[in-house]
Amino acid sequence: MHDVITILDAEVIAGESLLDTEVNAGFGCDLISDSLCFSRPDCLLLTGLTNIQIIRVADMIEARAIVFVRGKKPGQDIILLAREKNLPLLVTRRFLFESCGLLYQHGLRSS
Amino acid sequence: MKMEFSVRGMDFTRAGEAAAKIKNALQMVGMEVATVRKAVIVAYEAELNIVIHARQGTLTLSVSPDRVEITAEDEGPGIPDIALAMQEGYSTAPPHIREMGFGAGMGLPNIKRCSDQMNIESEVNSGTRLRATIFNKINGE
Repeated sequence: MHDVITILDAEVIAGESLLDTEVNAGFGCDLISDSLCFSRPDCLLLTGLTNIQIIRVADMIEARAIVFVRGKKPGQDIILLAREKNLPLLVTRRFLFESCGLLYQHGLRSS
Repeated sequence: MKMEFSVRGMDFTRAGEAAAKIKNALQMVGMEVATVRKAVIVAYEAELNIVIHARQGTLTLSVSPDRVEITAEDEGPGIPDIALAMQEGYSTAPPHIREMGFGAGMGLPNIKRCSDQMNIESEVNSGTRLRATIFNKINGE
């Protein structure tokens, strides 16, 4: 996760003590159904969706962390739920395409 | 084992709670990982269909050693054309729901894809009843 923060120039908004977490796959998506069905357990989820459902989905698919792209920051209720679930949340100003591309360049794959 | 959950229409704060509890229950009883994953998808999509489209409903979980059964029953507008609703990409979700990331039109197709058996009945202006069965296949048999 430390590498992800550097690569994406990201800000940590939850899970500050969980940044030694390793992610072995990435999934970028702005659709709830696709995030639920096609992501892999232990993935890094990249999305522009900031409603509470993305936290529930991330928890159910056992994602390791979420990166919110396009500078989008979720509300406090969402951050609180993420903290309860021990789910690190990051925010990057970069767009979804660029964020995924940068991580791919640095070796992160989809599975 | 049987569990029952009430689901309220348009309650997006609590939506997904039932599916999360179903996931925890299935893991606790030791269902296969693949079974749990499929059941979670079925439960979440079924629960969100009630939240998005119905006034209220009930999500029921029934677990046996060899299978998981999930039933979603709601009071709502019903589905006039089930075959159309089963088409990937078809959705009646309004714009403000799509802005939340829903309305991809994959709910029922995903439930069907993740189920070994699926049955759906609906009556317009009354409601919908869906039952999905996932067999607990050991080691991917």
